[in-house]
Amino acid sequence: MTAADFTALLPLEIVAFTAIVVLIAIAVRRSHVATMLLTIAGLAAAFASLWFAPTRGVTLLLVIDGYALFYLGLVLAASIAFTLLAYDYFARRYGAREELYVLMLIATLGACVLISSSHLLTLFLGLELLSVSLYGMIAYLRTEPLSVEAGLKYLVLAAVASAFLLFGIALLYAALGTMELPRLAAILSSGSDFDRLLALPGIALLITGLGFKLAVVPFHLWTPDVYEGAPAPVTAYIATVSKGAVFALLLRYFHDSKVLVIPSVFLVFSVIALASMLAGNLLALLQRNIKRMLAYSSIAHLGYILVAFEAGGNLGAEAVTFYLAAYFVTTLGAFGVVSVLSGPDRETVMIEEYRGLFWRRPLVAAIFTAMLLSLAGIPLTAGFIAKFYVVAAGASAAMWALVIVLVVTSGIGLYYYLRVILAMYARPEEVPAAEPRLHPAARLLLAALSVLLVWIGILPGALLRWVHGAITGLS
Amino acid sequence: MTLVWLIVILLAGGTAAAIAARWSATLCRAIALLATLVDLALALFLWAQNNSAALDVPWLPQFGIHFHLSVDGLSLLLLLLTFFLGAIAVVISWTEITEAVGFFHLNLLWTLAGIAGVFLAADLFLFYFAWELMLVPMYFLIAVWGHENRAYAAVKFFLFTQLSGLLMLVAILALYFVHHSATGVYTFDYRALLGTPLAPQTSPGTAAPLTAITPHTEMWLMLGFFIAFAVKMPVVPLHTWLPDAHTEAPTAGSVVLAGLMLKTGAYGMLRFVLPLFPNAARAFAPVAMALGAAGILYGAVLAFAQTDLKRLVAYTSVSHLGFVLLGTFAGNTLAMQGALVTILCHGISTGALFALAGVLQQRIHSRELSRMGGLWTAAPRLSGAALFFVLASIGLPGLGDFVGEFLVLLGVYRVNVPLAVIAAIGVLAATFYGLRLVQRAFYGPNTHDWRFRDLVPHEGLVLGVMAVTLLWLGLYPQPVIRTFQPALNRLLAEVTTK
Repeated sequence: MTAADFTALLPLEIVAFTAIVVLIAIAVRRSHVATMLLTIAGLAAAFASLWFAPTRGVTLLLVIDGYALFYLGLVLAASIAFTLLAYDYFARRYGAREELYVLMLIATLGACVLISSSHLLTLFLGLELLSVSLYGMIAYLRTEPLSVEAGLKYLVLAAVASAFLLFGIALLYAALGTMELPRLAAILSSGSDFDRLLALPGIALLITGLGFKLAVVPFHLWTPDVYEGAPAPVTAYIATVSKGAVFALLLRYFHDSKVLVIPSVFLVFSVIALASMLAGNLLALLQRNIKRMLAYSSIAHLGYILVAFEAGGNLGAEAVTFYLAAYFVTTLGAFGVVSVLSGPDRETVMIEEYRGLFWRRPLVAAIFTAMLLSLAGIPLTAGFIAKFYVVAAGASAAMWALVIVLVVTSGIGLYYYLRVILAMYARPEEVPAAEPRLHPAARLLLAALSVLLVWIGILPGALLRWVHGAITGLS
Repeated sequence: MTLVWLIVILLAGGTAAAIAARWSATLCRAIALLATLVDLALALFLWAQNNSAALDVPWLPQFGIHFHLSVDGLSLLLLLLTFFLGAIAVVISWTEITEAVGFFHLNLLWTLAGIAGVFLAADLFLFYFAWELMLVPMYFLIAVWGHENRAYAAVKFFLFTQLSGLLMLVAILALYFVHHSATGVYTFDYRALLGTPLAPQTSPGTAAPLTAITPHTEMWLMLGFFIAFAVKMPVVPLHTWLPDAHTEAPTAGSVVLAGLMLKTGAYGMLRFVLPLFPNAARAFAPVAMALGAAGILYGAVLAFAQTDLKRLVAYTSVSHLGFVLLGTFAGNTLAMQGALVTILCHGISTGALFALAGVLQQRIHSRELSRMGGLWTAAPRLSGAALFFVLASIGLPGLGDFVGEFLVLLGVYRVNVPLAVIAAIGVLAATFYGLRLVQRAFYGPNTHDWRFRDLVPHEGLVLGVMAVTLLWLGLYPQPVIRTFQPALNRLLAEVTTK
């Protein structure tokens, strides 16, 4: 490794370094505020370093290119948002809170490794870093049975998924004789002679392992329980950082190669997309718990993204990236509202508890409305442009069946978003008492996310340019 | 630049009104009224200038999307109607809305902004954007300030319009990509897409040239647009959201829904379905006209059976919009002129009827015809106004609606005699439901012994202005027809030359 390699890896190094510093700081003195500030400072420094990092391949294991930089920025920004949310959320609760930030920093490091991985080894390493930290984060509320149960569920299923992934890696290595992802993609797409009997099951197992992380049908069974049991900020983290990083990896090696042209692989993704859109939206209809509803809705959204993913080409890749960026903002905002409304001993999650929210907390209700409308893809919000992009990608590839299913299921999706909105605007019987103001950290975050949401919704030009740059920086 | 102001004033006015409501509800209402009146004045100014203004700035150049607004006679008249009814909607809710006044006016003005955007857009992406934009505030108008069954009505309204809108989005995108493959240019511009080469109706066996839309594709694309507009209009099998939404909405919501939102569907048919897909539209015209005629009869029969005043008026809308559909697809100047005049006059007469229903409901807290009866003795001015607007709505000669329906019948008779006969029966049926309404509610003995305040000045003023406008349109519609005639001629040229 050369000095330039170290500079290229600066964002990853800063995150890792911050984790250690925070750990030491906690050992010296426990202070929630100080830990939060240190964490944010570290993440912000890593974010700033993105502008200085040269784009180059770092050994065979990692690659820092325009594409990786874009996703690194996304993940780091989401981690900062998580930190603010978590600070507000855990400030109301008792017990040791500081270690959560260490776990999160390690998970973020894992996500960063995944994003810039160019080797099956770093893929696995990043994924495990992410998963193992997530076990702890999900079960962080040790006194709450739901949280512990969710952590255990995630642990068992993630371990199984990792086993599948490892087996897939082994098969791919046996069939193609390399673990370098660019070469793997090249061999698979060159159509040259290789052992399909080993390679195809290898790809299938790889998709299984990654599909679990993405929570697409049929690998989605853990999602509602984990979303429900995990503390709300952690749920937001799983929905954004964890899924975004895995999708970034998937997109990097699938979109340009001809792997998707292999009929069976294309079919598998089509079935996954269809099933995710249908199951996600239909099951979300049955939920009365907002976190579970958002869990199913996230399954559906991953289905939408897969439609653009399958459309392929630069337009498809841009649509996926743009959708993920918009989805990050929206999901952080939606879970952010759930998080800031939660009390010291339980979260506000049932739809009934949101009844009349507009008359008690008009601003929070308005923000939640904007987030839900964005998830539903209504104009003036980021979700609209994102959905437009995805449908455009699908239409350009003439995948009419998938596009029509997308349109119809997102119509179904509207129904459950509207149900929450209706409840928030229902007039209460008596005038409710004024509620305490939100914590400044929470207010800052929600305001920033709302502004972003509307800004992307009306003037997406800048984000479109960045996304375009990221995708051209890929090949 | 005037065009963008038309939208900005409404958006900013709505926001300002919402903020002003923190201090004073009256100030909030005044700001909202001022915003609509300024827009009305601007539109009148444009009319007097008689120029076709346009504004075109790149918005998302990556996709060939422009922020392109333009106005011709057709959209100008609909804009005038929008701001006219907008101001009336603000005045008519002056005493009705007491809760969350600021949020109400925000939603009302933003709905109007969306509608104005629909009439102004000359870029299909922008059009879809505005099309969707008007839904959310209207949804809130129904869901928050509506009557008993508001939640159900609001959700139904939203689902119907949103789903059909998404179908249109798919059709728009398909057109976008087809246009690209035919010409090599990515654009959503209306004028450019009008120039998309269409293959002539080929006999089976002869292959169409690859650089043009095949008739098959054209038909599918046309249907995507048609269904979206048909839901909004509404065309009969897709109309079921309308009675619920119109009935449950607050007065201002009903006025905007019936007077303006339905017109966006009719406008879409004229502006997009006919000129973009002329061959498919011609082939589909018999079906569309049959649907229109069916709507006329169906709406009239159901209106006759209603006992809820607002529901009754809602079904008359289905009937009247049947005339519009019939006239739109008849394919000759007379019928189209009739459709346009009907669009304008129905907006005013039905808007006035909903306003009256709102005034009555505020007084007697009921919309049931059986709870009324003999109201004339209690409120002669209100009842007289109701009689006037009912007569206008059923097509009394001398009032605007008559001109529209007469022209439609005249035009359709040249194309299809049986449908003209059916439509004429519809006119007859209208007298039945109209007179039944007046008789049940206002004539006869005052059995419930109602005593309440007659029309107050601001209500009287609003209804008076509407009545005068209807009289003007009925006696001397020439200025209006002269305004939209050039646009209509261009449209007919697009349809017939391709």
